[in-house]
Order: sequence, then structure tokens, then C-alpha cells
Amino acid sequence: MKERLRSLWQKLFGDSMRAFGVVSLVFLASMAIAPAKNFFSEWRHYQHGYLSIIRNRSDANTLRRHFQGGIQQIWLPELGVVDRCTSCHVGLKEATLTDVAQQPYRKHPMIPHNLDQFGCTVCHRGQGAATTVAEAHSSTLAWEQPILPTKYIESSCGQCHRGPMPGTPQLNLGRNLLSRSGCVHCHAVKLPDGSTMKATDDPPSLSHIADKTTREWIYAWLKDPQAYAVTATMPNFKLSDDDARDISAFLIANSVPVPGDNVTLSAKASGDPTAGASLYGESFCASCHAVQNAAGNIVGGDIGPELTRIGSKLKPEWLQAWVHDPRVYDPPTAMPHYRFNDAQVATLSGFLLAKTDTDLLANVHLDAATPEQLSHGKRLVSDYGCASCHEIAGIKKPENFAPELSRIGSKPITQLIFLAGMQHTLPDYIAGKIKQPRAFASGLKMPQYTFTPAQIDALTTALLALNDRSNSLPPPLAVAAPSESDYQPAGKAGKLMIDLACFSCHRINGHGGDMAPDLTWEGSSVQREWLVQFFKNPETLRPALIRRMPKFNLSDGEVSELTDYIMTVYQSPVVDRDAMPLSGYSQGQIELGKQLFYGKYACQGCHIVDTQADKGYIGPTLTHVGSRLTAAWIYQWMKNPQALRPGTIEPNRAMSDEDARALAAFLISQKSGGKQEVAKK
Amino acid sequence: MNRFTSSAVVLSVAVLAASCLRKSESAMLKPTAFGAVIVESSGGKQFAATGTWLPQPVVVQVNDEQGAGVAGALVEFSAVPGVIFDPVNALTDSSGQVTTNVSLGGMAGRYQITASTIDKSHKTVEHKIEEIALGYEQRLGRRLNEQYCDRCHNPESTVERVSNYDNLEVKPHPFTEGDTLNRISDADLTAIITHGGPALGKSALMPAWGNTLNKSDIQGLMSYIRAVSDPPSRSAGPVYRKN
Repeated sequence: MKERLRSLWQKLFGDSMRAFGVVSLVFLASMAIAPAKNFFSEWRHYQHGYLSIIRNRSDANTLRRHFQGGIQQIWLPELGVVDRCTSCHVGLKEATLTDVAQQPYRKHPMIPHNLDQFGCTVCHRGQGAATTVAEAHSSTLAWEQPILPTKYIESSCGQCHRGPMPGTPQLNLGRNLLSRSGCVHCHAVKLPDGSTMKATDDPPSLSHIADKTTREWIYAWLKDPQAYAVTATMPNFKLSDDDARDISAFLIANSVPVPGDNVTLSAKASGDPTAGASLYGESFCASCHAVQNAAGNIVGGDIGPELTRIGSKLKPEWLQAWVHDPRVYDPPTAMPHYRFNDAQVATLSGFLLAKTDTDLLANVHLDAATPEQLSHGKRLVSDYGCASCHEIAGIKKPENFAPELSRIGSKPITQLIFLAGMQHTLPDYIAGKIKQPRAFASGLKMPQYTFTPAQIDALTTALLALNDRSNSLPPPLAVAAPSESDYQPAGKAGKLMIDLACFSCHRINGHGGDMAPDLTWEGSSVQREWLVQFFKNPETLRPALIRRMPKFNLSDGEVSELTDYIMTVYQSPVVDRDAMPLSGYSQGQIELGKQLFYGKYACQGCHIVDTQADKGYIGPTLTHVGSRLTAAWIYQWMKNPQALRPGTIEPNRAMSDEDARALAAFLISQKSGGKQEVAKK
Repeated sequence: MNRFTSSAVVLSVAVLAASCLRKSESAMLKPTAFGAVIVESSGGKQFAATGTWLPQPVVVQVNDEQGAGVAGALVEFSAVPGVIFDPVNALTDSSGQVTTNVSLGGMAGRYQITASTIDKSHKTVEHKIEEIALGYEQRLGRRLNEQYCDRCHNPESTVERVSNYDNLEVKPHPFTEGDTLNRISDADLTAIITHGGPALGKSALMPAWGNTLNKSDIQGLMSYIRAVSDPPSRSAGPVYRKN
């Protein structure tokens, strides 16, 4: 062995010439390493692949002209972006490559942004400066930013776009869930514009809860909120029997009565067994409240709580007082104050109280609480942060109860603890934490939510958007969220509108719900006489809708107060009511309008004028439209419906003045029977 | 030295074998029965945004020669990388069915997924199902479709949306109706959406949307219509299938 080595040494370095030659060869070889590495580099391999793919295409010449060899780079100094992704993803901007499925050569799908102005990593994450696939796409030791899985891609839009957008439903849903599922009650989310994300849910105050329900119900609810109502947003805190016993004891003992929240009725419920269901239907309670039917489906709206087992929860006297006037117990409630008479209150509360579930409280037997149990209950209420969401007399809302989430989307994975079998990525961690919050360590307090997989993905998307980039974005590049108006109507009518909770469904001047039509220009739109009748007895304008205007049983004085206010204040500057009369159009003009209605514009596809012939079921029925709308409104509506009511699905037909005038004449001639020319001036 | 090397080799072989065994034990399901064919029960031709779960699970059934369901047959699902199955393999239940949730890949287009089982002679029997992943443009189109088009173009009613299809004298084409829609060029379809039916001698019940929707809206709608048509349109893009 030694002999051999020595002879090899002799051969290579025996004399100075040989040594010089060998060292030169080694030197040359080492000089060749760098160009060789370059020559055999991954990106060059992919560029060769691209050239061979496009070689035989019909558009080969164009594609070859667009192709630039070598490392490509998009440099955006103000965003801190150096992206070399286009070195391998060569065909990204080639519109004609739609049929190429192979990566990295696919064209980028259409997005509203120019790739040269935004780069790649702003949306997709990953390491832009890397020139190998592994380093660019995965998280490596040196870098911690793997490619973002496609299902969370909308989170990247949210880095700059602070408000909802039509193209980002998942992000919008996630942000919505963050504020309406109670997340931001405990977790502070400071937004890059300096504001704090606000909760939009309205957890009930527990300061007066003994007026409303029993300790047994609170116990059952605490143990499993979804056993009472599957749609309940209250999460499950997985309390032990003793903990639930003590918290329920404390809440009942801590409760302060509200004067006037139980009433004695001077009338009895209707003897008709169907009267309750009819009144529930007529009052359109289902527009806001859901009930689970026998098939297990949830039917109804989600503005108010689910009522499937409401009879097992409420004390009858409290419910009667609530149906009578909800504002006594909860002044800012979204529930309208229906002017029910005592008989109606008795009928409706009787109907609701019959919705019971005997299994719910069957096994709940609670003895009177001891002082130790009460003080234990109080401590638990503080420990679990109940007051973060609920107002509780004598307990302060805790500050910074849970970790702040303002930059959660940039949390380094070295700071995370993963569950066994979990992929070590930030999105997987966030999704896993939402799915099983308590699995990550013992003694954690975050409760168990009942989110669907799609909701978890949406929440993860919204949280990933809260990252370093969104927080350090140069302000001119951010797109602010539309500011929510806090419009409040004035005076006596304004008070009445608050009492009736008009804004729970209607939007006026940018404030309010979106279930019912925007009323910002209602005064220009309708005739006074019709509005008076509508308040007294709301007719069905859109037969296809299941959510409709309820009857509030208003007094004549209240109706005229509201009507006067709406007719005076909610006037559009573009609709000149006096410019067009409500009657007196020539027969020729009406006939022309009719022809346009049925011929050129085929309005009968969506609307009904003649109940015998027309079947359109999308827009409002127009049989009596001449007694409802003003001619000036119809005229302007024909010219541009979206200008009057943004977002309406009525297509803008860009009608000529002549067509719009004729259609207005035809429609205004459709008056309700026996009331012809009633609104003549 | 030799002894050390050999013991090291033995040890590493043992470790490898043990880890392989454990792996195969957890991943392998033993079929207790074998069918003759595999068919789709439900869940084909669904749409979902790229990288997200299909709204409904995919259900396949393994049948014997007589067409009766076979319980205990092993079904495996496969597709191009990026498609996730939960579970990726399972034994058929008492009615011969296997249900799996599917998350499509990150690129918009059609994905071919393969459900396979082994028959009595240990040959692999396959059934191929196509699903559709919608990209940004198509999702924009889908939203506009739900807002404006679906009410007339979709004959099915939902609780929230009563279909107007039956009320129309001239029936609109559902967007899945590839036989008809694929024969209309992009330019013509865009013209119909923009200027209404009469622009191409069709019914005036189709209104003009050119003043309500902008160009990129209409482009999104076109993209959605092409993506969901059945049979597929040429401009629907590639089909991602296993090689």
C-alpha cells in the first residue's frame, strides 16, 4: 500500500516539470467548475426545455422573439422584491400558451395586475432571489418563506387591499368570520392603517341573565352550545360538570333585574292553534331567525338567534316582554319593535314557547350553590375571559386576553410547535390551531369552534394576510377599505326608524344591512299614497323572495311621520318628480312603451305586467307599478338603474330619452284596480 | 474493522426493513373481496376554486359481473401531483361504495382522477372521472353568473333562488350545454352578452349586458362558461392527467 502511494507521488510530482504540469491541470479544472455549474444549472435546463417545447408550434417565431436567455429578474425596490422566478417560468406572459400544461412553462392565468409591476413573491411567497427550484419554492435553513399553497392565495391580495373585493370571496369570508365569530374579542388585530379590527357580532349581556333564562339552561348551554342550537356561534369551552355548575351559579347570582322586562298581559292568546304559526309567518320572523326543520335543515336568516329550542330556554314572562318591546331589555338590539297588541304577544310567545326539547335539560339537576362554588364560578369567568365577549356586571373586560394576531402571517416557523403528522408550514399551523385549538398543549383556554373546512381555509387566508408586508407597505400602495358610514336619521322619524330597526335590513346613505332594498332615494322612487298603504299592509313586491318586509302594526300617526320624512329627505338630485306627471300620457306613447316592453327590451322575461300572459319571476311585479313608482323615477331608472341603486341586477340598457319616456308612460298607466288616477295632481 | 462494517450493514438493513415494514403496514389495506368493474356513483364534473376541496365527495362503486356492489374491495385514487384525496385508498362498504374528498391542484383546468381496484385475476380495473378547477378569471365569472345569469340559465331552483328558466318562452342555454355553446365562437358569445340576443338574431329575452358589465367582467364570464361546458370546450385549457 505504502509502496504504491510513493510511486504515484513520484509519477505526479517526481520532478518540477511534472509537478508544474499536474498543478496547472488541477488549477484549470477548478477554474472550469464555475462555468460548468452555470452550464448545468437548473434554470438553463428549463430554458432549453422551453425552447424545445415552442420549437414546433405555429407561433414559434413570436415566442422565440419574446424569449430572453439567462437569469431574468423583476426588481421592485419599494416592495423589496427581487424575483428571478421568470428565469425558469419563461412562458408566464405568453397569452398563446393556453394549451401548455407542463410547469414551469404555463402562462399565468389572467389577474388584474401586471406581472412586471408586482413580481411573483408578493403574491406567491417563496424566495425570489433563489435560482434553484428547491431554494425558491421550499423553506430552507437559510430562508423561511415557502411557496404559499394556492388555496390561500387570496391572502396575498389582502396585504394591500384592506376592504372586500368581488374577486376575493375567500378573503372576504375569512375577514368577516374574524369579526363575527368573536375572534377579535380576545385576539387584538391591529390593522396597518392604525385602526383595530372590530367585532361585528353582538354577544348578549349576561348582567341580567336571570330575568331571561334558568340556571339549568345556562348549564346545558355551557356544556355544549351546539346541542341547543346547531348554528350557535358560542364556542365549546369543554367545561367539566363542576365548572359549568359553578359558572351557571355565579351568573345567576350576579344578575341584576331590569325593570319592566316582564309583563302581565291583558289579553289571552288566540284559540286558533294555527294562529301562532301564521303570526310568525306574517311578521317574517324567519327573515332573521332560523329554525331547524324535521329533516335537519336550517331554514331562515342568521341575523337573530336560532329558535329551534327556544321554549327550553326562555322564561315566559321575559319572552312576552321581549316580543312586546325588545328595547326595554336591550336598547340597541337589531330586533324591530313590532307594535303587537297583548293578544298577539300572547299568541306569538305561546307559539315560540312550544318549541321545546325535553332532552336538553332532562339530566340537569343542580343544587343550590355554596359560597365556595360561587367564588369558584367567578374565578372561572375571569380565567376563561367570558367578559371579553359578554358584558358581565362587576367584571371588567380583560385587556390583551389572547395573543395579538396583527402579524401572525409572518410568524417564523421556528417559533411554532407542530402536532405529530402535521406539515411544518405556517398555513398548516394556523388551520390546525383553528381546528383543534387545545391539542397543541395542555392547559390552553381557546375554545373549540365548529367551523367547516371551507371556513377554516377562509380564516387562515385572512390571518395570513396580516403579515410583515401588509404592515410595512408604503401607504400610497395600500387600497383602503370603504369607510362604513354611521349615518343616523334625525328627529322623531329618526327615532322611530331606530325603534323599528330599519337598518337591520335596509341601507340608507351607506349605513345598514343589505337584505332589503337600499332606501337612500326612496322618496324619489315611490308615491306617497302607496308608501302609506305599504306600511299598513306590506304587499309582496317580489314573489320569488322568501325574506320580506314585515307588518309592524304602526299607528296612523307613526305612518305619516315616517312617510313624511322619507318623502322629504330621501330625495335623489337626479330625479325631478315634478318634471313628469303621473298621468295624462298619450295613447300613442303608451302603446309605443308597450311595444318596447314586450319587443325590443323583452322586459316580460323578468317582470309581470299582465298576470295572464307574463311569467317573469325575477324583478318586482309591475301590475300596479303606476300606483307605486313615480314617472320620473321610472324614466331615470330606464336610463341607468345602477346610478340610482348601485348593484341592482336590472341591466343598464342605455336607453334613448324617447324609449325611456315611452316605457315610463306605459308603466305609469299600470294602476291598481279602482284606484285609477288616484295620485293625480 | 470487517466485523464492525458487517455489523453496521446488518444494523442498517434491519433498521431499513423495520421502517419499511411499519410504513407498509399502515398504508396497506387488505382487500377481502374483488370486483369486476368500478363505476362512478356521484361527484364527477364538479367545480371548485383551484387548490380547494370539491363541494361534494366523489363516490365510486365496485361491482361484480352481475352489477351488484362488492363489499371489502380495495379502491385507490390517483391523479397528477397536487391533487389530494382524503382518504387516498379505502375498502368498499356494505353497498360496494367508497367515498373520498378531493382537493384539486393549483392550476385552473380539468383534472382527471382515476379510481382503480383489482379484479379476481389481479388485473387493475380503472374508472376515470373529470373535475374542474376554476382559476381567478373563472371564479370572477362564476360570481357574476350567480348574480346575473343563473336565475334564467340554470333550470334548477334553490331555496334562495327560484329559477326563472321555466317562465321563459325561449329557453336559455344552461352553461354546461357544451354541444351548443362550444359551437359559438368567443367573439359571437361576447357579442351576445354585450349586445343581447338580437345582436346575433337570437331572442330579445337575453338582454344586453354591455352597459352593466365591463370588458373584464365579460371576459371572466366567457372563461367560466368555457370552463364548465360539457363536453369540454377547446378553450377550456389542458386536462391534467397522470401519465
